[in-house]
Amino acid sequence: MGFPHPSHPKETVLLSKHFGEPGARSFAGWTERGGYQALKKALGMTPEAIIEELKASGLRGRGGAGFPTGLKWSFMPKGDGKPHYLCCNADESEPGTFKDREIMRWTPHALIEGCAIACHAIGAEVCYIYIRGEFTDPLQVMEQAVAEAYGNGALGGNAFGSGKRIEIVLFRGAGAYICGEETALMNSLEGKRGNPRIKPPFPAAAGVFGMPTTINNVETLAAVPHIINRGAVWYKALCLGNPKSTGTKLFSVCGHVLKPGNYEVTLGFPMKELIYDLAGGMRPGRTLKAVIPGGSSVPIMNRAEAESALCDYEGIVEQGSMLGSAGFIVMDDSADIVYEVYRLAKFYAHESCAQCTQCREGTAWTTKILERILKGQGKPEDLDLLLELSDQMTGKTICVLSDSCAAPIVSGIKKFRSEFDAYLSRAKAPALASA
Amino acid sequence: MSSGSGAPVAHETAHEPVFAGKAKQRLEALYPKFPTKQACLLPALWIVQEERGWISPAAMAEVGELLGVTPAYVRGVVTFYTMYHTHPVGRHFIQVCTTSPCHLCGSDEVVKTLLKETGCGELGATSADGRFTVIEVECLGACGFATPIMIGNDFIESVTPDRVPGILAGYR
Repeated sequence: MGFPHPSHPKETVLLSKHFGEPGARSFAGWTERGGYQALKKALGMTPEAIIEELKASGLRGRGGAGFPTGLKWSFMPKGDGKPHYLCCNADESEPGTFKDREIMRWTPHALIEGCAIACHAIGAEVCYIYIRGEFTDPLQVMEQAVAEAYGNGALGGNAFGSGKRIEIVLFRGAGAYICGEETALMNSLEGKRGNPRIKPPFPAAAGVFGMPTTINNVETLAAVPHIINRGAVWYKALCLGNPKSTGTKLFSVCGHVLKPGNYEVTLGFPMKELIYDLAGGMRPGRTLKAVIPGGSSVPIMNRAEAESALCDYEGIVEQGSMLGSAGFIVMDDSADIVYEVYRLAKFYAHESCAQCTQCREGTAWTTKILERILKGQGKPEDLDLLLELSDQMTGKTICVLSDSCAAPIVSGIKKFRSEFDAYLSRAKAPALASA
Repeated sequence: MSSGSGAPVAHETAHEPVFAGKAKQRLEALYPKFPTKQACLLPALWIVQEERGWISPAAMAEVGELLGVTPAYVRGVVTFYTMYHTHPVGRHFIQVCTTSPCHLCGSDEVVKTLLKETGCGELGATSADGRFTVIEVECLGACGFATPIMIGNDFIESVTPDRVPGILAGYR
């Protein structure tokens, strides 16, 4: 449902069905709503059978990368005698994205159940759920739910009498966007600065504490119980024509729309309907100018691209951007693209972990150049300089934070060049006061 | 990470150990949850901040001693994360999200109103009565509920300038 708004008839609600129902937060309430049937069923299945089911369902990672979940789980070594770990990435910090927060604060047991099933499938006894430090309410709800899950035998040394040990440990982050990068998260969990690691080795070979690890996003794990309950064939049929993008997805829509919220639709849903019908469209007298659809780390789409895109992994790529975490930042004609690009560059400059030169210097310098353009002090060559810097920031670093900074800059200049030119030619008054 | 790390580190006059009594029990209860002691570093720092309001160099040394890492290592970790305070802050620490989605929805006006109503005047400053500190923060992850602010551990959604006086009244 389009929480905090009532469900829209065009939504397909699986994950968000119980958003806004405080009763769904308790173990008893969750069980009444059909909860924990999937975990019980999964504990009677072999890990291989679960992984095959996941592979057949077509479920792909909902955190941003869209990697096939079953395939990721299958990379975990078998019979290696080492402890395996599951990490749940609940460090939701991508500007524009606010879906995992709702899953945790309304349906905590859906996540616990998904984590427990994943643990069984990958041979892990311990799952760490890394929750961003600012999410105080979701953390509290999760703490209560985990305690209840232990109290009712779903977790612990003998989960639901299966003989399997499944533990869930909640871990509070402390304010660092980069810890949403999987290997930075693992470093943080180990008591280190959240610097991303060079890959390989990939987590399945050497993840947290050097051991084989699978890391999944909250929404991915919350979808798993539905697949176990109703089967891969049913899930795969939730498809609007593109067999590579199956199932439902939560789309966080924010910015200049009348009804910002989380909308759950089948992948492949038209972006135009999502923005105008579900999210209420523009404010009176305003028209759509741009959408950054993947959270902020992807290219900006102009109106024509946004209005013709289909919301799935491939559909958004066809229209010049990426699905990412599906947090739509919607801008109407009152938005200043140059300022918003600057604001995002400033975000990435603040959040750079600073280990790679291209990122540390690139995010800082692009921010400074954009700042000078907004102060009316831009130089004619600044746009070329920004593009050159962005090129140096793309594909050359340990993680993709610096690529993420470059994406809105390059696409902003390419698609909205006249707005930059207006500042450079002094036709437009400075948006920032010069110090 | 920039927040806090550039500021000079404040010092306590005398350090009373944090990890005695209940705080010590809380930390020790964490050890079995992780294969290494160092993994308890972030949780231990949270305990320090809950107990003392900020993390002093002496507290960093104390944590390091308990977990088997050097004081300098602990400081390196503390200053990486924006939520740990390396100096005392106002009793009510207010963080306002101003990243793009909130900026589009008017977060600048929320900041202005908060600075005026708290008497802080400028970002990062503590009000004369020591009650409030206001800072801008990057994305709080509640973009559909613009503008979210945090006051201490309280997460408040959909803040508009006209709601500010009423919200602050609860923290006077």
